Amino acid sequence: MTNIPETGRTPRVQIRLVVIQILVLSLLGTLGGRLWYLQIRNGDEYAKEASGNHVQQVVSPAVRGSILDARGVPIADNETRLVVSASRTDLLKMKDDGDAVLTKLARVLGLKAKDVLDKVRLCDSKTPQPCWNGSPYQPIPITDEATAKQALQIRERAEDFPGITAEPMAVRRYAAPGEANTAQVLGYLSPVTDEEITKAKDTASPYLRSDQVGRSGLEREYDKELRGKAGVTRYEVDNLGRVIGQAKSDEAQPGANVVTSIDSRVQRVAEYELNEAMKDARDVFDDNTGENYKADSGAVVVMEAKTGRVVAMASNPSYDPNAWVGGISGKDYTKLTGKGSNYPLLNRAIQGQSAPGSVFKVIPTAAAVNAGYSFNGPYECSSSYSIGGQVFNNFESKGYGPISLGRALEVSCDTVFYRLSHEEWKRDGGTKPKKNAKDWFYKTAHQFGLGKETGIDLPNEVAGRVPDRQWKQDYWKANKDAWCKYGKKGGSYAQQIAYENCLEGNRMRAGDSVNYSIGQGDTLVTPIQMATIYSAISNGGTLYDPTVGKAIISPDGKTVQEIKPKSHGKLPMTRKTRDEIDGALAGVATRGTAAWRFGGWPQDKIPMHAKTGTAEVYGKQTTSWFTTYTKDYSVVMTISQGGTGSGASGPAVRNIYNALYGVSEDGAIDKKKALLYDPQKNLPKIEKDGSIDSPKVEKYPAKKEQASEEGGQQPVNGDDPAATVPDPNAGNNRDTRRRSARPKKRRRTLT
Amino acid sequence: MTGSNGFSVSGYGPERSSLSRLFARDSLARRLDWPILFSAIALSLIGAALVYSATRNRTELNQGDPYYFLFRHLLNTGIGFALMIGTVWLGHRTLRTAVPILYGLSVFLILLVLTPLGATINGAHAWIVIGGGFSLQPSEFVKITIILGMAMLLAARVDAGDKPYPDHRTVLQALGLAAVPILIVLLMPDLGSVMVMVIVVLGVLLASGASNRWVFGLIGAGALGAIAVWQLKILDEYQINRFAAFANPELDPAGVGYNTNQARIAIGSGGLFGTGLGKGSQTTGQFVPEQQTDFVFTVAGEELGFVGAGLILVLLGIVLWRACRIARETTELYGTIVAAGIIAWFAFQSFENVGMTLGIMPVAGLPLPFVSYGGSSMFAVWVAVGLLQSIRVQRPMSA
Repeated sequence: MTNIPETGRTPRVQIRLVVIQILVLSLLGTLGGRLWYLQIRNGDEYAKEASGNHVQQVVSPAVRGSILDARGVPIADNETRLVVSASRTDLLKMKDDGDAVLTKLARVLGLKAKDVLDKVRLCDSKTPQPCWNGSPYQPIPITDEATAKQALQIRERAEDFPGITAEPMAVRRYAAPGEANTAQVLGYLSPVTDEEITKAKDTASPYLRSDQVGRSGLEREYDKELRGKAGVTRYEVDNLGRVIGQAKSDEAQPGANVVTSIDSRVQRVAEYELNEAMKDARDVFDDNTGENYKADSGAVVVMEAKTGRVVAMASNPSYDPNAWVGGISGKDYTKLTGKGSNYPLLNRAIQGQSAPGSVFKVIPTAAAVNAGYSFNGPYECSSSYSIGGQVFNNFESKGYGPISLGRALEVSCDTVFYRLSHEEWKRDGGTKPKKNAKDWFYKTAHQFGLGKETGIDLPNEVAGRVPDRQWKQDYWKANKDAWCKYGKKGGSYAQQIAYENCLEGNRMRAGDSVNYSIGQGDTLVTPIQMATIYSAISNGGTLYDPTVGKAIISPDGKTVQEIKPKSHGKLPMTRKTRDEIDGALAGVATRGTAAWRFGGWPQDKIPMHAKTGTAEVYGKQTTSWFTTYTKDYSVVMTISQGGTGSGASGPAVRNIYNALYGVSEDGAIDKKKALLYDPQKNLPKIEKDGSIDSPKVEKYPAKKEQASEEGGQQPVNGDDPAATVPDPNAGNNRDTRRRSARPKKRRRTLT
Repeated sequence: MTGSNGFSVSGYGPERSSLSRLFARDSLARRLDWPILFSAIALSLIGAALVYSATRNRTELNQGDPYYFLFRHLLNTGIGFALMIGTVWLGHRTLRTAVPILYGLSVFLILLVLTPLGATINGAHAWIVIGGGFSLQPSEFVKITIILGMAMLLAARVDAGDKPYPDHRTVLQALGLAAVPILIVLLMPDLGSVMVMVIVVLGVLLASGASNRWVFGLIGAGALGAIAVWQLKILDEYQINRFAAFANPELDPAGVGYNTNQARIAIGSGGLFGTGLGKGSQTTGQFVPEQQTDFVFTVAGEELGFVGAGLILVLLGIVLWRACRIARETTELYGTIVAAGIIAWFAFQSFENVGMTLGIMPVAGLPLPFVSYGGSSMFAVWVAVGLLQSIRVQRPMSA
């Protein structure tokens, strides 16, 4: 080594070596600092991100609860269909990505191999349908119409079909027992929207992409209870989505069953009779318009008078709620909501409002008594009543002389109420109301619960309208510009009206009060409001919140949460007045305007009370109203553009009572034939396994056998593998028919 | 312990036992740089554990044998160790005479990559497939021959005592010598290796005492070259994306951005002590690509935490620190230049490799010295350790 010349180290190189050393150290220091920043300072954040990285959720939807009628008959339940699905996660573990298995599966199902392969590929911008656009961890359904034989083939040779499952799955079904479709009361489901998913994301009950949500009727009102809770299994997955472990698993909890007070048999009668009444009305010639009645829509409510429970509620036109199952087609949707559809989705019993006509008269009667008038009068029932040259006629211009308020109700004398209302109007100061105006006739209407929702457990109920001073003022403010623009002195009738409205539409005029006293003019009520009021008169004055839901029963049958009747007030009348009105309404049924419809009725055994109404609507045919009650039930029917109250609705209401009480035309009572002689007090029997007894629903009308060919009762298919899975709703009403076996005929009540 | 009297006779003399000779004051053992050796061994063993953790589940790679990569990594380490011993035994001065041959051989090998014999692995066309599951990455060896070649040229006249610093002509020759393989590697293209080589050239020039004009000129030329490459679109789209995405993963969330993002998540989730070897969910779930090679540091970050990952940096620091000492202590410019070249190589490659997993450097396909799985890289870095040891062992004692 010594022979190598000593060159010495030049300072330049030494300095540069130190620079290199410092550079190297600062690089390492930078790395250390960054490492500290990531791992110690932001470590928690990244740990969270990492855990979200490798967990995937697989969701098993909960079976939606059933909606049952008062006796336990399912009116909305689930149909079991055999669904064959493929697990992508399992298929991808195979060498050929499961192609062989899927091809074999296609042979068993009788499908083309390509179709099956296409179904399991994931959708992206370049992949046309069919493709799977759900979660790749969710089993992908290949078909939901597998036969029992195919399912068995797949299940028995499970080793030949790895990753393939054939399982019964629940699909919503509206069974329409005995052809009572109850469509608008039940409502319908439709898939959850993105917006709803985002909104419910952080709440206790988040939606799943596959969820169906109740959109109207009971399905919406009791959606939370019916829906149950989806099961979620969390898998740890690797970067390719291969499952490397199971982290957490929550079983799906089926939804609760809702027992309603609806009795399918009565419901069927109500629907059928409403439809018949409307059909009949269309054969009647209307002298006023010179054409047959249109009878474009109608509703009927059967209510337990002592509880406010709804036994039947029908709205016409109706539709088949099964149209919504599995996604509604565009054609069906137009049919249900389009301009020419007449809106069958509307539940006219709670969403249809119209002037009540004479069925309103119990309110001015009570108002008059409260204002200090004697019930017995007498009051002059003249053929007409005139105010300042304007003549208001009694119905058919008939006079009855001096009569009591009760008699005025019986014969539906308008002039008696005109006079009383006009007198009160004057006493309150006429068009220039006193400060402390009593407004008895309007106040009483509010106390009867009008102008406000009854609070029924169905969504989107409408409030109706009491055209009092405040309303007139508000309405005028909203419309005066339009009125003043259109109105013209001495123009057409409509222009004159608008002109008058423009000038003094904010004032309660004498004519307004007169019209109002007989349920005309701007007064609007719903059938459910009328049913509530007449039930209250029947039960001694309690206004109940109408209810359809009666109890919520957990899927195992162990917890029963009853929905108790709730009251929202008392009728503003004394016991005595109630009795007097009650007597008068019985008189309507025996000797008054409805007497001809209750000929032969066993009035001594089942006292019948009724009030008829024929409301006039500007530019339309008259609305038929018929309100009735016994000690247990009230039945209210209305038909828009249907004719007179007793004329159009009378026979239908009589038939409903006949069916309820088992009364034949000659007045004999056969309690065996009675559908519901006494209101249903008990809940349906719950078996130990949580299933609920469900009796048969007889056809109505009994003689028309051919009409009920597709009832809800078919024997359970013995070899159906669906039976291997316990179905809490399995009863003798189970329907195991395939979708394709469904008759083409729509279950519409109106054609 | 074969010699019972090994420590009693610790003086000078021909009668010394072999053991005592080994530990004599100027013996080979006493002159070896043990911290570098131990650090290199430790890094290789930690690397083995990390490679095992990253590959034990990857049946598509390890042919069903979870220990496949562990075994191969240890084997590579063993071969590398042997190469180091061979390098020390031969001595860097002896190798100096063989530099032209080695240089020529390495350039021939990288030329082979451009022929049909070459193979593309992970987007870099930098490999020669030998067969039998073996492949060679000659650019790893070129790093050494560039250092040796440039050192030979630059130090020749200085070490001979003719001049205090290499003259312009020599520098030009040395740069030309480096430019040939660098251009070839750029053609592959193996951008990561090019970057390392350019830094190595810079380190070599610095240590050689070449005029400042050359140093700054080279830095300037590098910057201009980078801009030119960017503007003239010499690089493929994927390379530009790789460069840009480290700073902004959203640029390419499914590609490079995904890699850097997942790497950052893996390291960040490790915390202070990590999840424990084999327990990292990011590693087990294979969210980070190339985890046994380029991204091996993420395994350390996730499973060994700040403590384990920090230890790797400390060990690398020891190697570099000692290497700097070796460079400073040798009085012979040739050794100084070789050591400085190795320092530049190790330092930059480590910084780039770890930096890209931490998201502060663009993604480039470079192994982490000693730790990453890969034969060529392992052999090259152990040869480099051999060179460092040889420089230390053969340093003039008078210094």
